[in-house]
Amino acid sequence: MNFEFSDEQKQLRNEARRFLEAKCPPAAVRQVLEGSEPFDRALWKGLGEMGFLGVVIPEEHGGLGLGYLELCVVAEELGRVIAPVPFGSSVFLATEFILAAGSEAQKAKWLPKLAAGEAIGTFAFAEGAGAVTPRTIKLQASGGALTGVKIPVADGDVADFAIVAARTAPGNDERGVSLFIVELNGPGVTREVVETIDPTRSHARISFAGAAAEPLGAAGEGWSIINGVFDRAAVLTAFEQVGGADRALEMARDYALERVAFGRPIGSFQAVKHMLADMYVSATLARSNCYYGAWALSTGSSELGEAAATARVSATQAFQHCSKNNIQTHGGMGFTWAFDCHLYYRRSNLLALNLGSLSVWEDRLIERLRAKNVA
Amino acid sequence: MNFDDTPEEAAFRQEVRTWIQANAPHHLKEALSNAGFGSGPTGIDTMAEAKAWQKKKAEAGWACLHWPKEYGGRGATPIERVIWGQEEGVYSTLGGSFIIGHGMCGPTVMAFASEEQKRRYLPPLAAGEEVWCQLFSEPAGGSDLAGLRTKAEPAKDGSGDWIINGQKIWTSGAHYSDFGILITRTDPTVPKHKGLTMFFLDMRSPGVEIRPIKQVNGQSGFNEVYFTDVRIPDSQRLGAVGGGWQVSLTTLMNERLSIGAGMSTGFPELLDLCCRIETANGLAVDDPAVRSKLATWAVRQSGLKYTGFRAISALSRGEIPGPENSIGKLVAGATMQDIAALALDLQAESGVINDPEISAANARFQAMLLRSPATRVEGGTDEILRNIIAERVLGLPADIRVDKDVPFNQIPTSGARA
Repeated sequence: MNFEFSDEQKQLRNEARRFLEAKCPPAAVRQVLEGSEPFDRALWKGLGEMGFLGVVIPEEHGGLGLGYLELCVVAEELGRVIAPVPFGSSVFLATEFILAAGSEAQKAKWLPKLAAGEAIGTFAFAEGAGAVTPRTIKLQASGGALTGVKIPVADGDVADFAIVAARTAPGNDERGVSLFIVELNGPGVTREVVETIDPTRSHARISFAGAAAEPLGAAGEGWSIINGVFDRAAVLTAFEQVGGADRALEMARDYALERVAFGRPIGSFQAVKHMLADMYVSATLARSNCYYGAWALSTGSSELGEAAATARVSATQAFQHCSKNNIQTHGGMGFTWAFDCHLYYRRSNLLALNLGSLSVWEDRLIERLRAKNVA
Repeated sequence: MNFDDTPEEAAFRQEVRTWIQANAPHHLKEALSNAGFGSGPTGIDTMAEAKAWQKKKAEAGWACLHWPKEYGGRGATPIERVIWGQEEGVYSTLGGSFIIGHGMCGPTVMAFASEEQKRRYLPPLAAGEEVWCQLFSEPAGGSDLAGLRTKAEPAKDGSGDWIINGQKIWTSGAHYSDFGILITRTDPTVPKHKGLTMFFLDMRSPGVEIRPIKQVNGQSGFNEVYFTDVRIPDSQRLGAVGGGWQVSLTTLMNERLSIGAGMSTGFPELLDLCCRIETANGLAVDDPAVRSKLATWAVRQSGLKYTGFRAISALSRGEIPGPENSIGKLVAGATMQDIAALALDLQAESGVINDPEISAANARFQAMLLRSPATRVEGGTDEILRNIIAERVLGLPADIRVDKDVPFNQIPTSGARA
């Protein structure tokens, strides 16, 4: 059995970690939190130069042509430093949609730009509060033009193009949902930044008023393409979450060793030790589940649906658990703007909602396990 | 990343599979498969069948296969041991009574007994001919094992023998054991960890009295063992006089090295129940409140399984597994208890019925409910396991121990007044 990353993949991890420790210290995240730039443009450029934006994009389209295990490694490292860049939107979603459903012309047009970081892509899905289902997709597509509103769209303010889920046939069912590529700088598109719980990752409301749109994949196939891409993105996002969970745990551990109260390090009190032990447990379970997801993703296994939901649920729980108890370990200082704890708390809660919330993924997981139980 | 065997592992697995196919007690398969969660197989003489299977394995070289050949093992690698466990499957549950002897007593004897003793005692232990137990916990020394009070004093007749007086508790299988390893206090005037000494003894020695403990679930797997002037020859001392704590660490370390399939949580059984039982909102599996809980437990079960796979992968590469495996019992015990509670809740009024003939799922969840409290206590409580993770994995400071440097006979006890 070899349920572990290879030496080459570990080398890639070290490379990514060194790069990100240098280019994305907490001060860089804070710069985006407090500054006017919606994301860290220098870091984005650097990620493109390193090839990290095109890990799985074939070499003929300007990518590295590596596999998903390598992308998982990079995702985890980005999660550790809560990188303030549109990586998830552009790499886990837009790139995956084009790889999954794009025509040769669409691939040739977008993949090289995505790999280089010259174009940022995103996915416009939700149209307001509540779980997204085929019924909530109201945005209309007709005659190659889109009309309606998507909110929130991650990185919608900075993306060059969006994959948009739109209704192409009346009714509520999934056969009426199709996908389109829309260039967001064109006419008929209005974008407004919306304030979010994590200002280091910007979001927008995008209004489409007859915006020109090009079909992505066959009409009526949108929902099934979305499901397939979401499974892949779920594994990758789960690695990002596990990276964050590990870092939050380390921050809490370091502080528990350093902070003295009642004449001893607070890490010597069982109440604190046990909280940290439970954080370790959730992060460890999530990591192992992520490995399962990575295995399924990289081997094209029929278990991907189950593995992706497992990794996603587990990693969401772990990052939320670790980030909130990191604040708890820091006490009052954890609630200050000056300490970095809130950056992880914000990110953990943002990532828990991007790509469908925990309850949505719990549902998907149980549906898939149930199908297997019946079989 | 893959789950595949190396060519050597695949060849070994094939050899194991062929032998098990030809030799396993297939007639017990159904009874063994239906047992679990504290209820043993019904309708069979488990100890007799276990001994027969163990003997058969030993004769073919498949008993304690990671032990050296001269002591009844096979000299197998850790990964071969894991493969054996996977292939032995449900038949491995027959060997429950041997786990402590093979997993803890054997390695301790191997590390500290004389060559002659090792050749005398280890092969019959491996073959299941002689069963061993571990006499560690005491009424005053559970999590605080080093607080134990069973006394060993030199015999006054000058023979060099030791005379044992005191009481042990929670001794699994003492009632069917032939031998035991016993930790005692030989010097109460030094701090508690320093005055301990380890022995092994014949459980039929005069002065040994075994009383089964009736448990919450009505069964009696554990015992109290009383020692009244029990005589042990000095040749059965394991390690130095006063060196018992170090010896016990060897024993306990071996307990934590057992790696494999990941501990059972009861999740697959619960999912199956939820696909069949109705709530007010239709099938339980369709109820959102139930789903959310199921999902949480599903990812715990899966996380344990794949954490085990990571450890196996380390073994396969010839490495020592990391500390992540220490989470197993902590997660499984609490999860099983929660799962049992929901399963009974779904059965509603009928959840009270604890009768395999009538209850849903053969009263499996009722058995889980009544057994799971023990899982969270035995072999290290949840609280001790969290301390271990915090201290050994995360590197947090050890607890401040007020009794650490105090002579044992000056430490306040529950019975004493301040």
